[in-house]
Parts: sequence; C-alpha cells; structure tokens
Amino acid sequence: MAANTDTANLAKENTPPISVWIMPVLAAWVVPGGGYFLLKKMGRGGLVLASVALMFLFGLGMQGIMFTPEKGDMLTTVINYGGFLCDMASGIFYFAAAIFGYSQPDMAGDVHDYGTKFLVTAGLLNILAMVDAYEIATGKKD
Amino acid sequence: MHLNLSHFEAAFLFSLFTSVVMGVTTKKTDQERLHYGAYCFVCFLVALFAIGWAMKLGHG
Repeated sequence: MAANTDTANLAKENTPPISVWIMPVLAAWVVPGGGYFLLKKMGRGGLVLASVALMFLFGLGMQGIMFTPEKGDMLTTVINYGGFLCDMASGIFYFAAAIFGYSQPDMAGDVHDYGTKFLVTAGLLNILAMVDAYEIATGKKD
Repeated sequence: MHLNLSHFEAAFLFSLFTSVVMGVTTKKTDQERLHYGAYCFVCFLVALFAIGWAMKLGHG
C-alpha cells in the first residue's frame, strides 16, 4: 500500500505542469508544425508543415474520403471513429476542408483509396509532431 | 482538381512525406534526423519494390 502511494507521488512529481506543454501541443494540432514554431524550432516546423500540408493536399486531390463518426458493427465503428480522429488531427487543414464543404462519396478505385490513406496519414504524422512538441516543451528532448 | 497518380507515384510521395516527419520527430541531432529520414525512405522503397514483385509473382 505504502509502495503504491510512493509510486503515485513520484509519478505526480515527475509529471510536468500542464501550463508548460499545453500551448505548444495545441499549436502543433491547430497548425501542423506550429508547436515547433512556438518553441523556436523553425526548420523542423517548416518541414513538418510542408509534409503534412502536401500529404493532405494530395489526399484532397486524389479525392479521398473524410471519415465521419458513424456506428455500425465493431470493425466499422473502429474504422470510422479512428479515421475521423486521424482526419481531425490535421488541424486547420481538416477544418478548412470541412468549412469549404469538401465531401466525397465512398467510391471504388485505387486512387480514391490512396487519397483516403493520405488524408488519414497527414493527421497521424501531425500526432507524431504533437508528441515531439510535448517532449521538447517538457525538456525531455532538445 | 483531380490527381490521377499511379501506384508507384502515390507510394513514392507517401514514403517521402512520412520519412521526413519520422526523421524530424524521432532523433536528437540534425545529422541523426537526416540519416534516419533517409533510412526510412530507403526502407519504404525497398518494401514497395519487394512487395510489388511478390504480388506480381504470386498472381502469376
């Protein structure tokens, strides 16, 4: 019991305060690369911004579908909710596409399929950048 | 705008963008980032050709 309390206290002491990392992580989500820009890592921010933006734009160009949170059987639910979260992780690109009414029906075809994967992967790459921004902001990494 | 990329073009672009971000986010020095990004890119391309040939040979 005492060991559990000690471990919990140690974990609490090692957890950096939210005020240290919340802005870089939020910035990294809203504008891909924004976390790096906030932390004065311009080169890395530029590379992430360019990669995520181009990945997303190629996904739109290939007319990939945007996932919506729809329920169905277990697999359908996981795919739709997971895809929706990944799409949203692209930040401003996702919101701009949604605001301008981008909507693509689910069509058969390898190019559309690649487009869907590009849109999802752009969000996943931005999640990697958000985690990196967290680590830099909390001093775990330079 | 409608892009009609081939499998190879799409996979090449996917590999490029993914390798850049993986290189940027995973290592600690610029040299390590460059090496790791290039390593990921080469791995993607090797896998692309290897799996492509495996599918072609598998289908006959």
